[in-house]
Amino acid sequence: MAVKGPPGWMVPSARLWRMRLAQVAAPGLILVVITGVATGIWAGAGAGAGAAAAMAVAAGFVLGVERRRYLAWAYREREEDLIVSRGVLVRRVSVVPYGRMQFVEVTAGPFERVFRLATVQLHTAAAASDARIPGLERDEAARLRDRLAMLGEARAAGL
Amino acid sequence: MTEDPEHAKSAQDKEGAGDAGAAVDVGWHRLHPLSPLIRAGGLVSGLLGLLVVGLVTADSYEDYLYRVIVAAGLLVTGFIQWLVTRWKLDGTTLRIETGLLRRDSRQLPMTRIQAVDVVRPLLARMLGLAALRIRLAGAGHGGDRLAYLTVGEAARLRAALLAGQHGLDRAAPATAELPVITVPTGRVIGATLLRAAPRFLALAVIAGVAATAAHHIFLAAESTLGLIALGLVTRTWRQVTGRYGFTVTTSTDGIRIRRGLLSTVAETIPFRRVQAVRLAQPLLWRPFGWCRLVVHVAGVAGRGSGPKAGGLTKALLPVGYMNEAQHLVGLVLGHDMPELTRPPKRARVKAPLSYHFLAAGHNQVMAVTVTGRVCKKTVYMRLEKLQSVRLTQGPVQRMLSLASVHGDAAGRWAHALFSDRQADQAKGLLDELADLSRSARSAESST
Repeated sequence: MAVKGPPGWMVPSARLWRMRLAQVAAPGLILVVITGVATGIWAGAGAGAGAAAAMAVAAGFVLGVERRRYLAWAYREREEDLIVSRGVLVRRVSVVPYGRMQFVEVTAGPFERVFRLATVQLHTAAAASDARIPGLERDEAARLRDRLAMLGEARAAGL
Repeated sequence: MTEDPEHAKSAQDKEGAGDAGAAVDVGWHRLHPLSPLIRAGGLVSGLLGLLVVGLVTADSYEDYLYRVIVAAGLLVTGFIQWLVTRWKLDGTTLRIETGLLRRDSRQLPMTRIQAVDVVRPLLARMLGLAALRIRLAGAGHGGDRLAYLTVGEAARLRAALLAGQHGLDRAAPATAELPVITVPTGRVIGATLLRAAPRFLALAVIAGVAATAAHHIFLAAESTLGLIALGLVTRTWRQVTGRYGFTVTTSTDGIRIRRGLLSTVAETIPFRRVQAVRLAQPLLWRPFGWCRLVVHVAGVAGRGSGPKAGGLTKALLPVGYMNEAQHLVGLVLGHDMPELTRPPKRARVKAPLSYHFLAAGHNQVMAVTVTGRVCKKTVYMRLEKLQSVRLTQGPVQRMLSLASVHGDAAGRWAHALFSDRQADQAKGLLDELADLSRSARSAESST
């Protein structure tokens, strides 16, 4: 697992970026071709190239946003709590004490399964708590899940 | 179902034990035989009335027979429902079994109980019965009900459940209640009308404009407007009757709230189960110096379900003066109140409409935050109740180097918001709240 970012912080797998890339680049490329060809037939080759270029720029922008969002994810397991930090436009940092954990959820959507990734989410009794870490490699997700479950049990506190 | 020999015996014992302090017998109990009647309440009585009229006015033999069958069917269903429902206080759990075809067996551990309500609809009051509503955190349904028990039995069971919750001796007699506050009826009516006034006014304006400017449209919209007005009136009426005779008392069980005109409710919330208290001062109440207090309890209100526990709010003071509210907050959460500080002046750019109220503060045991635009809302939360702490910083806040810190307690709305603090202070606050919450929690669990 990759350890980049600030010391002590863990980040999602590099495969998450590849997944995001595939999710944005593939539809983006198709859109570029479609708009280019359609505008080219309708209004001449020059206009077609321009439309394709504009679409490519838009796709590139989305890709850039996704890249920054991917880089913003980080989490840290401290002695007593888990910190998850995320977000570019709206920056969010969540601190969830292990003792407050109600259950841990590990999910893997169809895209995540293709890239052998999983999302770990911590649930507390408060609806607003949102400690979610996407794009973890399966081993890391399993390790985190077991560790959180163990720590949660050891430090469990009533409501 | 086989007849339980213990049941008959315990029923005899119960008649001997008259006072509310006596312990509840072990063994299976049935609900009161009149339960099906009240449970279906107005619906069945209305339906029965119709049926009786139908029986009398039936014009053919077949019609008559059909109606008799329907009436009998209703009664038999209710009776069967009663017959297959039983409950038992089994050590530290309350077990409720019900259902004929689909058996439903519930175990409610006493240590998880968040609140116990004694609910008495009008019909139940006339018959001397009461329903017990037990709130658990995140039970995924609107609370478990034992409907109906005799009043004495309900009081005994409540005392037993709450005593088990505290780890006290179940046989210990229920302690005397100390009266704290009673809200006068006039104030309840005045405050409720004042809160409903803008809506009535808006409706009247719409109706007036429609009647003068567009007469033919008014005729078409008349019935709709009438329905809305009726809805408003019923709502206001329900609020007044629901808050009639509002009395707060304390006992070792916790804080007890009694209210209601026709149907009465006595809610008991153990002190340690209070997640947060919210004080609201609506605009129209401010000239009178009135405010309102709401308690957040982890539990489910209505039919909300899902993996996350919902929230339950209970009025602790429907309308009262600030000193009364402060006394109640101190009683429920402790008197150790932190100093409040205001966010820096530049926060006015980000929150122009709410800046005048924004303030927050915390000490070793408590967090207090003030937010709101028109209605001033103050949230009091004990730090050991924090479930998670979050920091958020939007783009405007980043430009101004501000950040907000959220403290979440169990439930959906129990939430303390340190709005627009200085960014570097907010980062420190995040860690500090997490640390303080942990030490407060360990201090609580060690006692």
